[in-house]
Amino acid sequence: MNQHTANLSGEDAKDGAGSLLVKGEVDTRHGPILYLEDVSVSFDGFKALNKLSLYIDAGELRCLIGPNGAGKTTLMDVITGKTRPDTGSVFFGQTIDLLQMDEPAIAQAGICRKFQKPSVFDALTVFENLELALKADKRTWPTLFNRLNGEQRDRINEVIETIGLSTGHQLRAGILSHGQKQWLEIGMLLMQEPKVMLVDEPIAGMTHQEVERTAELLLSLQGHRSIVVVEHDMEFVRSIARKVTVLHEGSVLTEGTMDEVQNDPRVIQVYLGG
Amino acid sequence: MNLKALGQDKTCTTVLIVLAAVTFVIPFCNLVYPADSPLHFSAYTVSVLGKYLTFALLGLSLDLVWGYCGILALGHGAFFALGGYAMGMYLMRQIGTRGVYGDPLLPDFMVFLNWKELPWYWLGFDHFWFALLMVLLAPGALAFVFGWLAFRSRVTGVYLSIITQALTYALLLAFFRNEMGFGGNNGLTDFKEIAGFNIQSEAVRAVLLMLSGITLISVFLLCRWLVNTKLGRVVTAIRAQESRVRFLGYRVEMFKLWIFVFAAMLAGVAGALYVPQVGIINPSEFSPLNSLEIVVWVAMGGRGTLYGAIIGAVLVNYSKTVLTGLMPEIWLFALGAVFIVVTLLLPDGIVGLLKRRLQEQRA
Amino acid sequence: MKANSLKRYHGLSAVMMLVFSLAIHGDQGVSAQQPLLDALNNLKQGSMPEREKAITQLSGIKHARSLGILQALLDGRLFTLKSDARLVTGTDNHQGYDISDAVSGASLGAVEREAVNKVNLTNKLRVSLRKIIGQLELSADDPAIRLAAVKAMGNEDDENALALLKARAGIEKDETVKQAIKVVFLMRDMNSSDKTVRMEAIDALKEHNSLDVVNRLNAMVEKDESGNYLETDADIRNVAKAALIKINTRLQFYSTIETVFFGLSLGAVLVLAAIGLAITFGVMGVINMAHGELMMLGAYTTYVIQQLMPNYLGVSVLLAIPAAFVISALVGVAIERGIIRFLYGRPLETLLATFGVSLILQQSVRSIFSPLNRSVATPEWMSGSWQINDFLSLTWNRFYILVFCLLVFVLLLQILKHTRLGLEVRAVAQNRNMAKAMGIPTAKVDAMTFGLGSGIAGVAGVALSQITNVGPNLGQAYIVDSFMVVVFGGVGNLLGTLVAGFSLGIANKFLEPFAGAVLAKILVLVFIILFIQKRPRGLFPQKGRAADS
Repeated sequence: MNQHTANLSGEDAKDGAGSLLVKGEVDTRHGPILYLEDVSVSFDGFKALNKLSLYIDAGELRCLIGPNGAGKTTLMDVITGKTRPDTGSVFFGQTIDLLQMDEPAIAQAGICRKFQKPSVFDALTVFENLELALKADKRTWPTLFNRLNGEQRDRINEVIETIGLSTGHQLRAGILSHGQKQWLEIGMLLMQEPKVMLVDEPIAGMTHQEVERTAELLLSLQGHRSIVVVEHDMEFVRSIARKVTVLHEGSVLTEGTMDEVQNDPRVIQVYLGG
Repeated sequence: MNLKALGQDKTCTTVLIVLAAVTFVIPFCNLVYPADSPLHFSAYTVSVLGKYLTFALLGLSLDLVWGYCGILALGHGAFFALGGYAMGMYLMRQIGTRGVYGDPLLPDFMVFLNWKELPWYWLGFDHFWFALLMVLLAPGALAFVFGWLAFRSRVTGVYLSIITQALTYALLLAFFRNEMGFGGNNGLTDFKEIAGFNIQSEAVRAVLLMLSGITLISVFLLCRWLVNTKLGRVVTAIRAQESRVRFLGYRVEMFKLWIFVFAAMLAGVAGALYVPQVGIINPSEFSPLNSLEIVVWVAMGGRGTLYGAIIGAVLVNYSKTVLTGLMPEIWLFALGAVFIVVTLLLPDGIVGLLKRRLQEQRA
Repeated sequence: MKANSLKRYHGLSAVMMLVFSLAIHGDQGVSAQQPLLDALNNLKQGSMPEREKAITQLSGIKHARSLGILQALLDGRLFTLKSDARLVTGTDNHQGYDISDAVSGASLGAVEREAVNKVNLTNKLRVSLRKIIGQLELSADDPAIRLAAVKAMGNEDDENALALLKARAGIEKDETVKQAIKVVFLMRDMNSSDKTVRMEAIDALKEHNSLDVVNRLNAMVEKDESGNYLETDADIRNVAKAALIKINTRLQFYSTIETVFFGLSLGAVLVLAAIGLAITFGVMGVINMAHGELMMLGAYTTYVIQQLMPNYLGVSVLLAIPAAFVISALVGVAIERGIIRFLYGRPLETLLATFGVSLILQQSVRSIFSPLNRSVATPEWMSGSWQINDFLSLTWNRFYILVFCLLVFVLLLQILKHTRLGLEVRAVAQNRNMAKAMGIPTAKVDAMTFGLGSGIAGVAGVALSQITNVGPNLGQAYIVDSFMVVVFGGVGNLLGTLVAGFSLGIANKFLEPFAGAVLAKILVLVFIILFIQKRPRGLFPQKGRAADS
């Protein structure tokens, strides 16, 4: 499986991007799993990211906050290959250069994302949505002849259980509530068994109980996976965060625990608008 | 699961039964019963039905691309025409010395143009198997090259539609040129024989109808299987949210490419079945209007259902035959109106309408 | 009526002569009428001396018709009508003659051959007449006539003509005519027996832009069948070769200019066709497949207006511009209100529905006007060409279309930039909901924008009617091209459309000589298809968050 992942990522990676050193394995011996250094992105003169540097450790749960336009979503776009930065470098582990890879290659390498707007496939059932996300050989030919084995079926059912949709797994995703769609998308993240999860505003549209369960889920995952959460709800952030990074105008304003951050005069300035 | 689903959908079953009947009963009646028998079907009926079946196959192939994968290809007729030309080239070579100029090697139009030898791309077309191979390979290769370029650079939506139209338009202009060696304006015609049999004979006509029907039914079942595989679900997902599928780790462009190539090959087969039944292939098959007509068949029948494309193709073409027979000038008005009405009032086509009816009845 | 007035003139002629001779230095246009009539009267008399006198008389009269009458006389096309003895000019129409009054030039219809008597000439008279005509033409007010006369006389090996030319060279003011006369004499010098004269002449000729010179020089350096040079003297040949190289460089240069001009004018047509689309597709995001048919409507409007006022061709084209705008705009608004507004945000459906509209419009035109092409006449001020020199002439209609295209473009830009409508259009294009929230009537703006784009399509149709046949398929021929231009230029960018249109036009025309028209077109299409692969958003892409949606 791993070997295969390396092959696929190599397709677009012109020089193999150093992944040849340790095939397909993410090299986290130095601690961080994601390295972003001096990353800048500009749209028509507007600097969405401005020489941003950020390191995410393996197994860490990190919260990103910042006012609108601070560059949170653009940051995720850069990591997942949707947007190419003008300058800077982005590495997955020490050896895999994400800038040499496209979205599918990055996803297969183990960086997966939940979008701000819940994006599930309305025409497919909950089960089918999860089946598509399932970690498997995702080339065309194997996909054509793919049959789920018992183990995979169990895995899907397990996730359905986790996201609380066991009664509605044959429903079309289109008729789910907003909160359920959010959960389904989180479920799809889990199916991919990623090394890094990027979670953009997971709790919008959720009831209080759902929010609590989301917090529990995310906390239970940390340690196994690195998780980056973008959220506006400070209470939620406080409930899950060990370390918070504040973005402002495309760069990191400050980093620290929730308390440290909230008492930082610059953060107060930014949020209250000076 | 596949067959079970098939049994559940009544419209689909009906379509299959009718198809089977047309395929086997009509040619049989045409050949066995004498002309004055009430059970006899005329040679005209046989040839018109044969034509409709190839159109249905063409519609089916577009439905795969448009209805399932969301690519509104406005140049699908080009693949049909290429398949048709491949078959036409074989039929041309079969004429042999029976042409007007009696040249054993060169088709009439080449003699007329004072060509001395057969162009290299005509070599091999005297073999039936080679022609059949080309029926698949020529459209497939064009679709592959075009799709590889287009999907890799993520040309989507109306942009893609318009460059597919430009593609077929460019081919139209190219095939009009005598220098291309495909008979220019007049195309390829005056066929005599197919696989050693007289192409004009009733028996051959009936067999061609039967072949078209069998091909259509098998392709329909094949497509039906295809869209129910995991690949089918990936493709449906691509139609809804292409970029999201990418973030799940699928190479969207490869999925689109293979569906596009597969559909192009099916269109080529349809063209190859069409040409011997109508006896001519000329560049007008490349005209953008033809490709748009295919789209309207699928839209009218109901896209994303496969059998909707079959219903639409037959219905629209039947109306075309009737209307152009009665008042030729009315046909374009009618076709134009169909475009408007279907998009405004019948987004799911006739199949969608029938489904809604059935649901209302049950309720 | 004409005949009556003629008779009256006879009676009054003596008195009138006096009056006119007094006035002769005053107003020439009026004063020349009577001497003309007198001279024509003499011409009608039977005897040759009278005729000779009349010819001399005519040559002295500065009248707009005198030259034409003399030319007709020389060509044997001057007749007296048997019925009322009046002088007419005629052209053979196989059954008889189409005649016009010699004095007024007004058409008098067709007559049989027996109805007229030819005004005959002797050989001697013919020689002197030719000379007189040459002289008249050489001193004509219009430099173009003078230039043509110089060229005609240069080709004749006639001492008299040369003498006239020599005389003219001294007083000629117009530089082009002056150069042309010089070329005539230099060409003569090339035949001289004196080698130095010949070499000097060739050397001097290399600075002139004349096709005659090119042909002549080419003939000098060619070989005959037996492989001998036509020109035996090697020195002369070398000078001629050097001169040819020089001239050919200039010829190349001018032909490049010409190709660029053709390219620009084709580009102008493409831009005109695409610019309306750039608004509906680029600004509104609406695919309008009926755009070509809106152009067709504009072209048919021109045709109808011309049919309504056949005697005012020049004005009818100008009138057609606003008329075509209004008609196409109204049809456009109807399409928007009737169909497109239900399909916003569904571009593929819009494409199909508007394609249906295009079929209906096409068939309507076919049913109303017949499926055959209609020809729209080009007004005089647009026909002909601007002859810059022997190597370069630019046709006026294409020139005007180029200017017209730029005018429309600038006007449109101004409308979008500086009017309330333009502001609202841009606001709706950028953020529909926000615009709505600010009280902009988005539905009305949509309709107006679509009307504007459609109206411009109509105006483009007027321009097209001047260079191509007007038929039901007119729109189809341009729709793919216009989309290519918009896409190539970058959707939502009018300047991109302009640049794309002109570059595609020029590319097309530069490819044509090598590849032929059809292949050139295919090559350009293939190029665009490949280009879109590389830069899916065109030459001038929109950037930023808006571009993603």
